[in-house]
Amino acid sequence: MKLTLKIWRQSGPAENGSFESHVLDDVSEDSSFLEMLDQLNEQLLKQGDEPVAFDHDCREGICGTCSLTINGYAHGPENSTTTCQLHMRKFNNGETVTIEPFRAKAFPVVRDLIVDRSAFDRIIQSGGFISVRTGSAPDGNSIPISKVDADKAMDAAACIGCGACVASCKNASAMLFTSAKAAHLNLLPQGQAEKDARVINMVNTMDDSGFGNCRNYGECSAACPKDISLDYIAKLNRDHAKARIKEIFS
Amino acid sequence: MFSSSLGKKYLMALTGLVLIGFVFVHMAGNLQVLAGQAQINAYAHSLQTLPWFILWGSRLFLLASVVIHAWTAYSLIIENRKARPDNNEVEVTKRAGWTSLKMGLTGSILLAFIVFHLLHFTIRTIYPEYAEMTTTVGSTGDFEIHDAFSMILAGFKHEIISVFYVVAMFLLCRHLAHGFSSVFQSIGLRTEAWQRKLNLIASGYAWIIFAGFSIVPVSVLAQKHGLYEFYDPSFFVSEVSEKNNTSNLLNNES
Repeated sequence: MKLTLKIWRQSGPAENGSFESHVLDDVSEDSSFLEMLDQLNEQLLKQGDEPVAFDHDCREGICGTCSLTINGYAHGPENSTTTCQLHMRKFNNGETVTIEPFRAKAFPVVRDLIVDRSAFDRIIQSGGFISVRTGSAPDGNSIPISKVDADKAMDAAACIGCGACVASCKNASAMLFTSAKAAHLNLLPQGQAEKDARVINMVNTMDDSGFGNCRNYGECSAACPKDISLDYIAKLNRDHAKARIKEIFS
Repeated sequence: MFSSSLGKKYLMALTGLVLIGFVFVHMAGNLQVLAGQAQINAYAHSLQTLPWFILWGSRLFLLASVVIHAWTAYSLIIENRKARPDNNEVEVTKRAGWTSLKMGLTGSILLAFIVFHLLHFTIRTIYPEYAEMTTTVGSTGDFEIHDAFSMILAGFKHEIISVFYVVAMFLLCRHLAHGFSSVFQSIGLRTEAWQRKLNLIASGYAWIIFAGFSIVPVSVLAQKHGLYEFYDPSFFVSEVSEKNNTSNLLNNES
């Protein structure tokens, strides 16, 4: 298939970016979106041009390194899919595909399509740590956890921290990410001791990083490749309110 | 407590909840217009003669809710614009509709509507003659009370004003549909299992509010144009005689 790619080029964080168009012939329907970009970069190198910089790592949909806003959708129009798992058969021959970086003030562009998502690392760091035995495997049922809680914590832990929630949010809010990371530990007995401090610190770091506010659009959850539920945002709101009320009375 | 991004959302939710409750009470009050002059005048008089601390306490409480709700919304919107300075070349949505995306727009129009509505029927500066409408109908004694019924009918006989009221109530309906279900999300009481039910409840509530408020201006206009008799026809005499005059004139000409 033949595609016209309208790609964002930006040589550095302080530079102004703009779109650049490239025509790519002989794209296999079976190639992934990132393989298609590899093909473009080979073509650019042969022409003596700078290749397009983009983030990628595992290419199995589990690391959260790939990003890209494709035709306006974070990770492309497919549901529950990362860019690396998106295949070219989902596009039409002759189509113009617009490829942009994840846009948010808290995710500054490093180069072309690569953005700096270290704000997410700072949010996780501010959540602190929990105390767990890391030697031999613990005895079965030494810490009782209900099946329901274990499942919910596991669903929250499925977040790969790719930033699609921020990119798809019209306000660049990081609520879905922060709520998943907070809920993952807040739901488990091991995370109870630091629960209140964790929520307050993570929310403060989220605010300080320059993310926007949640307006309950639900775009984040719709774009999330791991289908993180809006329930976690409600839980973050609840846990944060409880922590703040306790703070007043302590 | 209220300085963080989540704190501001709590403020939006709590003040919103106050206003959600208020519009229902206001609507229930309005519907008494349909029961006739005596009923609505007596109700309006009973509200106006509440002990001053209850009357002004409620008014200030509602005014504070509106001001906090609008001011917090404004500061959230400014923050959100800063958080997303560059728009995508292609802006699309997967789930959000205009109801949730345009809360700022519907809210701003509603704020303008509230100011107009207060000047129209409460402070009565737009038509100062409304303040002088008095009657003994609906009064508990022989003394004259404010004739709310005549004022409402006179107010809604203006087509442009009535249309503005109905449009504003439609925007309120849309604002409530997203706002009411968001209250539960923002204060953390919503779960995915309840989300559908809460969205349905919020949507149903919003449409009830729309219908309840719109029926008064719509019925007044309907009677003015001779479609159906909702109210005592003597309040519509001037329109009827005008019509007769015009038809007489037409007859004379022919």
